[in-house]
Amino acid sequence: MAKLRIGVVSPEREIWSGEADMVIAKTVDGEIGIMPNHAPVLGVLVEGGVLRVKRADGGDIVAAVHGGFISVADNNVSVLAETAELGSEVNVAAARDALQRALASVEADGEDTEAQVEAKRARARLRAAGEEV
Amino acid sequence: MGAQLRLLRRRIRSVKSTAKITRAQELIASSRIIKAQQRMVAAVPYEREITRAVSAVLSNTAEVDHPLTVAKQQPANAGVLIVTSDRGFAGGFNANILREAEALAGHLRGRGVEVKPFVVGRKGIGWHRFRSREMSGEWSGFSDNPLYSHAKDIADSLVGAFVDENGIDEIHVVYTRFVSMLTQEVQVTRILPLEVEETTEEPAEGPLPYYEFEPTAGEVLNQLLPRYIESRIFNALLQSAASEHASRRRAMKSATDNANDLIRTFTQKMNQVRQAEITQEISEIVGGANALADASAGKE
Repeated sequence: MAKLRIGVVSPEREIWSGEADMVIAKTVDGEIGIMPNHAPVLGVLVEGGVLRVKRADGGDIVAAVHGGFISVADNNVSVLAETAELGSEVNVAAARDALQRALASVEADGEDTEAQVEAKRARARLRAAGEEV
Repeated sequence: MGAQLRLLRRRIRSVKSTAKITRAQELIASSRIIKAQQRMVAAVPYEREITRAVSAVLSNTAEVDHPLTVAKQQPANAGVLIVTSDRGFAGGFNANILREAEALAGHLRGRGVEVKPFVVGRKGIGWHRFRSREMSGEWSGFSDNPLYSHAKDIADSLVGAFVDENGIDEIHVVYTRFVSMLTQEVQVTRILPLEVEETTEEPAEGPLPYYEFEPTAGEVLNQLLPRYIESRIFNALLQSAASEHASRRRAMKSATDNANDLIRTFTQKMNQVRQAEITQEISEIVGGANALADASAGKE
């Protein structure tokens, strides 16, 4: 079966690239699963989403992806993230800390949209690292 | 005579300590160029992908109608983003940028467009303050190591001013492009409004496929274009940072070379003076001894 060629890039560096069998990402319309020979798609990703790359060999790759796009064409998948982090790179303690702080500011001020986004990001990073949130 | 010798020694000492500083600056700059270059290379995949995505959306939507692509018939205000460095010691780096920015401003004024400078880097800000020119935006503190968040800040305020009815109608960027270690050139480009090129030519990698959009083409474009601007500005910042280090390295290298030349000339001069002093002392001693010998010979 054909494989997907995947590149996860952020403006500052290439996060991960390689071949895989399936990609699951979260766009503003909901979760989207991409398998080989998928029709060309260009989607807007949500803030604080988790990207899953499923590989038959070598295990899955999970990454926290904040904003950006996914574009699929000819079995090439590129994920353009504003910032992204592989699950294995996440500093769990720091992410938990960030989540606590963000939740505290949300509680203090329900209108604080920045803190809400911050909380979403921290949750995504924890989920990418395989932690329960 | 002794006074001249002392003077020369003092000058040599002072030039030597200057040479030490410039040499250190040169070495620091050389090591930073490599890092800056790596960051430029690391940003390439994102730029390539986002450019591809923008052309994909634009080629799929029959009619492009987005505030960021609409050019006004008669532009009244133009924003000019001038990317300079925070520190000097970089030869003509900032002077070149500012000269080019002035030329662009003159050209724009000739077309009856008011120029609003947006300045990055302490040197450029200082230059504008000294001439008490108003700046519409200023950023500093990151010229040698820009992050994406800095580019985002700049892009936000530029796009904000552009979308605003009474804001600016065009945005130009003046920055230094890093061609190679030895060549950097000042580049002037217009980033807004985006020019949509209608070509019938096939792109190099074959025709772009027909995309589906999530949620809609318009929404994707809304999200995509600001990101594209950000990435263009980020690219300009990165290029400028690498160029800054490269021109600092070159300036410091020639300063060190000049200092070494000076030290050599001064040392030769100093040796000459010292030798002359010794010769004179010898001839004085010989002369004195002869006089004494003559005097005592006369007595006998």
